[in-house]
Amino acid sequence: MNNLPINPLSCATEGAGGPTGTWRSHRPVIDPAKCTGCLLCWIWCPEGVIAKEDRSINYDYCKGCGLCAKECPAHAITMIKEADHE
Amino acid sequence: MSKRMDTGNSACALAVKAAKVDFIAAYPITPQTSISEKLADYAAAGELSGVYLPVESEHSVMSAVAAASAAGSRTFTATSSQGLLYMHEILHYASGGRLPIVMANVNRAVCAPWCLYADHQDSVSQRDTGWLQFHCASHQEIYDTIFLAYKVAEKVKIPAMINYDGFLLSHSMLSFETLEQDLVDQFLTPYRPDWKLHPQWGGTFGNVAAAAEYSAYRNTLAEDTLKAAAVIEEEARNYQKLTGRWHGGMIDVQGPEDADVFLMSMGSMAAEMELAAEALQAMGIKADNLKVRVYRPFPAEALRQALPAHAKLLVFDRNLAYGHEGGALLMEARSALYNRDETVKIAGISLGIGGIDLPASLLTEKALALLEGLK
Repeated sequence: MNNLPINPLSCATEGAGGPTGTWRSHRPVIDPAKCTGCLLCWIWCPEGVIAKEDRSINYDYCKGCGLCAKECPAHAITMIKEADHE
Repeated sequence: MSKRMDTGNSACALAVKAAKVDFIAAYPITPQTSISEKLADYAAAGELSGVYLPVESEHSVMSAVAAASAAGSRTFTATSSQGLLYMHEILHYASGGRLPIVMANVNRAVCAPWCLYADHQDSVSQRDTGWLQFHCASHQEIYDTIFLAYKVAEKVKIPAMINYDGFLLSHSMLSFETLEQDLVDQFLTPYRPDWKLHPQWGGTFGNVAAAAEYSAYRNTLAEDTLKAAAVIEEEARNYQKLTGRWHGGMIDVQGPEDADVFLMSMGSMAAEMELAAEALQAMGIKADNLKVRVYRPFPAEALRQALPAHAKLLVFDRNLAYGHEGGALLMEARSALYNRDETVKIAGISLGIGGIDLPASLLTEKALALLEGLK
C-alpha cells in the first residue's frame, strides 16, 4: 500500500482484471471455411481478444459477449454453450 | 505594489492573473459572475496567457478544470451557491484525484426559496468533499489568499476553495494593495507536478480500484487534509516574511492577552466582529475576536491552543446545521474542545442567514445574550 502513487493512476496490463474468461456462458467459435478475413470481429471485440493475424481467440479473457458473432457478415462465428463445448 | 479602490471580485481576478494560471473554465452565476467576466477580458486582451474555456454548466466547469489539472495545468474557476452544489460530484473527483485546483466560491444562500445574498450554506454543504476551505474577511485577504491557496494546494495535492461573502465583499468597494509581479513569482513558482496525463504515457486516471486500494487512497486524503494545517501555518508565515501581510494562520486572534471571552466566526462577519469585541471591552468584558480563516481542515489544534482555561467561546454561524442546534462551526468547535478542558464553556447561534445584515450592535447584543446563557 505504501508504494501507491498519491494520484489514482493506472496503466493497462494484460489480465489486470483477472481471468475474465471464466465469466463466459457461451464461447465464440470461428469457422475458417466461412471466414473472409474482413476483420470486423477484430474491430468490434470490446476486449481485444481476437488476434488480427489469424483471428485466433484468447479464451482466457473472452467474456462471451457475442458481439463478434452478431456482427460477422459471413456468419462464420457461432456462439456455443460452454457446457456443450467438447 | 499599487493601492486601488475596487470590488472583492476584482481583487480575486487580479490575483488569479498574477498567479499565472494556465487554464480557466467558468459558468456565470450571481454573485461570482464578475470574476469570470474580468478573467475573460484579461484573456481576450492577451494579459493572461492561460486558456479561458466557456462551458455549458458548473458540472462541466469542474470536469474541465479537473481534466486540465490532471494534464499538468495550474487551474482556476469561480462559482456560488447552486453552481457549487451542481459541481458536487466532481468536487469529490478533484480531491480524490489529488488535483490542486483553486476555486473562488462567492458565498450565497441556497434554494429554495431563491435568494441571492450571503450565507455559508453552499460551502458548508461541501464540507466532506475533501477540499481545503479558506474564508476571507476583506478584499486584501481575498487577494493574498489566492497565492496562499495555490502554494498550499500544490504542496499537499489537495484542491482549495476560497470563500468570501456575496455582495458584502464581492461587490462592495474597499481599498487593497496588489503585489509586484516579482514578489508573486518568488512566492509562487510555476506548477511542476510529478505526474500528469499525457497521450505518450498511455495510462489512465481515476479508474476502478479494489476496496483495499480505494480505502488506502481515501484514508491518505483524510490524513493529508489534517496535515495541511501545518503547511497553511508555515506558508502564511512565509508570505508574511515576503510581503509583510498577515491575515492569520488557521485562525486569527489579536485581542487582549488576558481575554477570556472569544467571539468566533468566519467570513465578513469576522471583520464586523472586531467592533463587537471592542464594544464588549468598553463594557469591561475581556473579549477577543477569533476569526476562523480555514474551515477545512478544521482549526482544532489552533483553537485548543488559543483558548485559556475558563474561557467562554461564543460561536456565530452564518449557516444552519439542520437537525442540530446552531450551525457547523458550533458543532465542530464543541467536538474539537471536548475533553480538552472542561472549564471552557461554549455557546452559539446561527444568524445572518440569506444575507441578513449583521451590524456590530446586533453582534454585541447577541454576544451579551449568549454570555448571560452561560452563567
